[in-house]
Amino acid sequence: MIEFAVDTTPEGVGVVTPKGRLNMSSARGLKDILDGLVAEGTSRIVVDLGETTFLDSSGLGALIAGLKSARQAGGDLRVARPTEAVTTVFKLTNLDRVLRPRDSVEGAFDA
Amino acid sequence: MDTGQQERAAARRLLLIRIVVLLTALLGVNYVAWRWLFSVNWDAWWIAVPLVVAETYSLVDSLLFGLAMWRLKERGEPPAPPPGLTVDVLIATYNEPIDLVMRTARAALAIDYPHRTWVLDDGNRPEMRAAAEAEGIGWITRSEDWAGMPRHAKAGNLNNALLVTEGEFLLILDADQVPLPSILDRTLGYFDDPRMALVQTPQWFVNVPDDDPLGSQAPLFYGPIQQGKDGWNAAFFCGSNAVIRREALMQLGVSRYADEVQAGVQRALRTARSVLRQARRGLGPDEDGVRRALDSIEHDIGRARRELARGEALMDVTYRFQQRVAEIRRRLVEADLTAVQSDLAAIAELERSTDEADDGLAGVDLSALDQLSARDWSPLGAVETVQALVDAVDVDLGSEAQPIMPMATISVTEDMATCMRLHGLGWRTAYHDEVLAHGLAPEDLATMLTQRLRWAQGTVQVMFRENPLLQRRLRWGQRLMYFATMWSYLSGFAALVYLAAPIVYLTIGVLPVQALSTEFFVRLVPFLVVNQLLFFVVAAGRPTWRGQQYSLALFPVWIKSFTSAFGNVFLGRSLDFAVTPKTRQESDGPAWHLVRPQLWAIAALVAAALVGVVRIGTGQAHPAGTIFNLLWVGFDLAIFSVILKAARYRGFDPTATPAPIPDRARRGAA
Repeated sequence: MIEFAVDTTPEGVGVVTPKGRLNMSSARGLKDILDGLVAEGTSRIVVDLGETTFLDSSGLGALIAGLKSARQAGGDLRVARPTEAVTTVFKLTNLDRVLRPRDSVEGAFDA
Repeated sequence: MDTGQQERAAARRLLLIRIVVLLTALLGVNYVAWRWLFSVNWDAWWIAVPLVVAETYSLVDSLLFGLAMWRLKERGEPPAPPPGLTVDVLIATYNEPIDLVMRTARAALAIDYPHRTWVLDDGNRPEMRAAAEAEGIGWITRSEDWAGMPRHAKAGNLNNALLVTEGEFLLILDADQVPLPSILDRTLGYFDDPRMALVQTPQWFVNVPDDDPLGSQAPLFYGPIQQGKDGWNAAFFCGSNAVIRREALMQLGVSRYADEVQAGVQRALRTARSVLRQARRGLGPDEDGVRRALDSIEHDIGRARRELARGEALMDVTYRFQQRVAEIRRRLVEADLTAVQSDLAAIAELERSTDEADDGLAGVDLSALDQLSARDWSPLGAVETVQALVDAVDVDLGSEAQPIMPMATISVTEDMATCMRLHGLGWRTAYHDEVLAHGLAPEDLATMLTQRLRWAQGTVQVMFRENPLLQRRLRWGQRLMYFATMWSYLSGFAALVYLAAPIVYLTIGVLPVQALSTEFFVRLVPFLVVNQLLFFVVAAGRPTWRGQQYSLALFPVWIKSFTSAFGNVFLGRSLDFAVTPKTRQESDGPAWHLVRPQLWAIAALVAAALVGVVRIGTGQAHPAGTIFNLLWVGFDLAIFSVILKAARYRGFDPTATPAPIPDRARRGAA
């Protein structure tokens, strides 16, 4: 099972924290949350992967879809705090060369 | 028979096959080498060289076939399916009659293993939706993301459905492939292997009489050929009756996205630079402010390219770049506004043309970008273009409806290209040789020809766009297995030569070989005999003659597939792609007009034979040469006779006895 915590920082950055397994059955939930945030005007989003115990390619697909919505609205999507296992999934698909995971949620939009 | 006995029988069969493969290769190389070195009649090079080239083509075809047979893999009984897997059964439809789709959908609903059933309705038909939902079957049509985007036919339909379903495994069915209840129980067990991406089962047709006039059944392909490819871990995905692991497809989609977005941004930055340089050339001496702005964007382009070269993450580089360009653009807005109008129109034109391009990024990069960089730009127009270019490729891959496209869209037959890419990522596939769905084949010549042309075009497109021999991530065996299928479609050109050579001899007496000597026959005949023996041994009772006939008799189709795919891939022309109609086309009388080239060939063969006989009678020709060439004509006529049969075929008579279902899984070991 998975839960999504959704927060907004004082700077107006949306923070989504998937807690649990981000896989083919929960990917669509994440995509809907990200699309919802963008639709409400929050186009700068950080997805905090610190509590994501498992990530598969469908989860990556949802991140890319969210990235697309955010960028089309003039914002961006950053991912932060991936575990070792999650980093491996990024590397396996070369996605690490496109989307660089950040070390912290707070600093995700610094550089 | 117990498992041990079966395994021993299969091992004996493989040993026999390997002996015949070796003999065929030795005798074939021996013959063709001798042909090149010692027997080409160079004086008649215009027919002699084409003939020896055609013979070499056939030898390579035979060697590739032998290579596949060398590793023939008979999987026998499948492993038991693990409980608790989640499966989506996807039935792809475009315009097939609702009844036909529902027959398949009901059978899909009745599959034993727990699953969800979906109709993927590309026609977006309310009555299809109502019929499916009334029986508890899911209905999916394209999301709004696809509005105005390239649709990519069946590949697009499946890609759309992949994002709205969530099962771990997908059973893909064409609308006219009715599954048996056991189809999942007999295939899911193979996925115990965590690297197994796909299990393909045969396509077998119920509406085909025993003598199969249209060559619909492919008993050699859905059998020894797939089993041979399987032995090299290259069993093909054939579009229907296959179970696929979602993770494999999604991983393919994500990694393709990562690769394409990187290549696309590189190309866009290169084009952006030439657009800028073009714009700067048109500047007057007093436009210093504008010149400085263009200079600083060019500087930013160089910086972005250097950052990418250093391995910085693409999204970071393009984000910074876009922010800087946006800033410069704001400062430039006061520049010449009239020139901007026409540039904006050109940008809109670019967007339209990429919408029409049927192959996504490939459509953005070449012609459209060349046109852009050749145009005269106003400064602000140039800046807008630079931003539009980079926006277009990063994130949403230009004009594609969704960034993730797991099913390949480079070809009208999405299956082969997708499967080759899966193999490239290191996934495995399996071919399970048991009929688990009952399909419908075309029942008239026109539909059959359209279908064969489509398959051939799709295969040739893949060969031109992603030549398997050049795919570094594939093993050599896999490269050759993919290449073999493409090579086989070249047979149309060889058929022309095999038609012309005996006609030339019988009519004007020109012999493409130096002499029809004993040595010639001693080298040729054993090769032909073992070649047929190889077919006989691997087929193990399956009919192969129809397949051999059609591989030559459809020569105009194969040639057209090459020329049209070449025009499509390299010259940007349309393929005239048509969806295969699944219902019978009404027509009166035999469809002679569809096979005119073949009828001309038959007429020419018969006329040449008559001339040959007259020439013997009047002492103008050698009896031995004439008899040999008459036999050759006889063989050609036997091949082409299938065309007469096919043109007269009036469709399947349901009261006739259909072909018996082959007991495939056990046949090889028996």
